[in-house]
Amino acid sequence: MSHDHEISCEEVIERLFAYLDGELEDVSPETIDHHLAHCRDCFTRAEFEKRLRARVADSVSTSAPERLRSRVRALLDEF
Amino acid sequence: MTERSTEKEDTQSRGEGPLDRETFSARVDALMDRLYGTALRLTRNRDDAEDIVAEAIGTAWKRRADLREAERFEGWLFRILNNTFISWLRRRRSREDLEISSETDNDDADSGGEFSLFARLHQPFLLWWGTPEDEFLNRLLREDIQHALDQLPDDFRIAVVLVEVQGHTYREVADMLDIPVGTVRSRLSRARSLLQRALWEEAQDAGIRNVVDCPDGNPDRNPDNDRS
Repeated sequence: MSHDHEISCEEVIERLFAYLDGELEDVSPETIDHHLAHCRDCFTRAEFEKRLRARVADSVSTSAPERLRSRVRALLDEF
Repeated sequence: MTERSTEKEDTQSRGEGPLDRETFSARVDALMDRLYGTALRLTRNRDDAEDIVAEAIGTAWKRRADLREAERFEGWLFRILNNTFISWLRRRRSREDLEISSETDNDDADSGGEFSLFARLHQPFLLWWGTPEDEFLNRLLREDIQHALDQLPDDFRIAVVLVEVQGHTYREVADMLDIPVGTVRSRLSRARSLLQRALWEEAQDAGIRNVVDCPDGNPDRNPDNDRS
C-alpha cells in the first residue's frame, strides 16, 4: 500500500480525533494507519482514546423509569 | 417469494411500514434504556428526557410508513429522537432568547487550553501492574463519565453525543443543527478537551487519580516531578 508521505507524531496526534471520527481532510486514513503500525507511542495514545470513546458511548445508556415504559405502552395503545 | 416477504409487502402496501404494532413495541422496548439515556444526556433533565422519548416514539409510530426496511429501525428511531430534541431545544432557546448556535460559538467558553488525559497519565516506561492510563479507565465508573458529560455546555455535549455516541458524520450533525461543518469540528475539539478535564477532576474527587499517580499509595509523590 502506498502512502501520501511520512507523517510526524505531532501531525498524527493533531489529526487523531478526526481519524477516529472518519473525518480526515488532508491526509488519508492509510497514512495514519501506517504510522500507528510503526510508532508505539502514537499507537498507545490512539488505543487510549478509542477505549475512552467506547466508555463514553457506553455510559449513555440509563435504565428507563417504569413510568416512561408505562407511558409509551399507553401511547401506543391509543393508536 | 417467501410467505414472510409477501406478508411484509402486504403490510407496506397498506402504508404501515415493515413493522406491525407488536413488533414495533418490542423493538422500542429493547431500545428504551438507550433512548432514555441519550435524551437524558442531551437535556440533563429527567422529565424533559421522558417527554422527548415519548414524543419521538409517538412520531415514529405515526410515520412508520416512512421506514422502508425494518433493519434500519434503530437508526431511524434515533434520528427522530434527535430531531425531537432539536425542536425542543429551539423552543426552549426561543423562550430564553438564545439562538441554537450562540451559546458557545461566539465567545471563548473557558476551556483553560487544550487538555489531554493521556498526556497527564502516560508514563514512558512499562510498569509490571499495567499502564496508568489503563488503570484510570478501569477504575472510572459509568456515573463518573455521565457526570463529566453533564458538566459540558449544551452545544458541546450535543456534539459529543451525536458524533461519539451515535456515530454521525460532521456533515450530518451540521445539517441536523443547521450550523457549518467547521463549527461542528470546533465544538467537538473544545468539547473533548473540556470532557477530559472534567474526567480528570472527577477522578481526583473519587480518589482515582492519587492511586494512578501514586501506585505506592503515596499521593505526595508527583510523577511529573520524577521526570523533570
